[in-house]
Amino acid sequence: MAALEHAAEEAPTAGEYILHHLTFLKNHEPKGIVDFSVVHWDSVFFSVLLAVLFAGSFWLAARKASATGVPKGFQSFVELIIDFIDTTVKESFTHHSKVIAPLALTIFMWVFLFNFMDLLPVDLLPKVAHWFGVEHLKSVPSTDVNVTFGMSLTVFILIIFYSIKMKGLGGFVSEFTMQPFAAKNPVVKVLLIPANLVLEIVPFLARPISLSLRLFGNLFAGEMIFLLIALLTLNGLSGLTGVGGWIGVFGHIVLGLVWAIFHILVITLQAFIFMVLTIIYLAMAHEHH
Amino acid sequence: MEAFATVQGMTVLAVGIIFGLGALGTAIGFGILGGRFLEGAARQPELTPMLQTKMFIVAALVDAVAMIGIGFALFFTFANPFLGPLAQTAAGG
Repeated sequence: MAALEHAAEEAPTAGEYILHHLTFLKNHEPKGIVDFSVVHWDSVFFSVLLAVLFAGSFWLAARKASATGVPKGFQSFVELIIDFIDTTVKESFTHHSKVIAPLALTIFMWVFLFNFMDLLPVDLLPKVAHWFGVEHLKSVPSTDVNVTFGMSLTVFILIIFYSIKMKGLGGFVSEFTMQPFAAKNPVVKVLLIPANLVLEIVPFLARPISLSLRLFGNLFAGEMIFLLIALLTLNGLSGLTGVGGWIGVFGHIVLGLVWAIFHILVITLQAFIFMVLTIIYLAMAHEHH
Repeated sequence: MEAFATVQGMTVLAVGIIFGLGALGTAIGFGILGGRFLEGAARQPELTPMLQTKMFIVAALVDAVAMIGIGFALFFTFANPFLGPLAQTAAGG
């Protein structure tokens, strides 16, 4: 009896499997589309874990770094990455700032580690969590809109902060009200303000939104395809009794491999894009004529 | 019952259109982008690494709205927000 019940519960349908893997570990269900009292424990846990991993290992490498002598091992890897970030920042950011390069490094490495979690087998971490009594677990923080929006809103606040710091409040406001239609006559200037506001505020707001949703969309779609590939062997190796089962197992391995290899490109590219766009937006915030 | 089926059917059509038009735009965009990159690299081969970096940057920008569309389309597929109000009116009425 218990074995039968266990067997019945063991076989989820395709829809249930996908929905189970799309559910976050939260304190309670959201009451409506915006509910700020909901916390996604799994996103928070993995974000903090990956931040500690990245910052801790880089800090250790910096502490043990020898100025003389040939760097080897992890230190040379860290130097490779720092060099890469340095070159990228120098290309786009021509002003003085102590914040921009560490910010770019943090964004690149952190987002890359978020995305890298997507390459782990879909069922691995949720199964391990299940042994500890945790029902749902989503291990890729960048598939959580809240995480990506958190990062892009932070960048947005930095853009506003540096705009006001470099251009002054008047300069910041005039950037929205005096462009792109400029006039010499003060009356005409005032009349043109609504048009300028619309034409300037829309791209200005589109930046953080597109920054976050680009990362979210790419990673969510990637994770969804991994889940759909995993559906090929939904009933495990018990499908090996028929030809369909063999095709499922073989298809799962091949398609999973192909998609994972393509996904390696996507995760690196998305982390790089987030970083490059942050640098470019902050460079635009710093420039003043 | 029929209202549910209608909403679900319409949602499926919408998801298909989102995917299709996004893919169409992205394909044309990448085709033009890649073609220009190859032309530039053929004219000045020493610039290829720099052009390649810039190409990837623009590629991610071209991809962006299509990906946002895919995110929404998958959201409609698995957590259709249009069925909620329908269920409420069905339960209430």
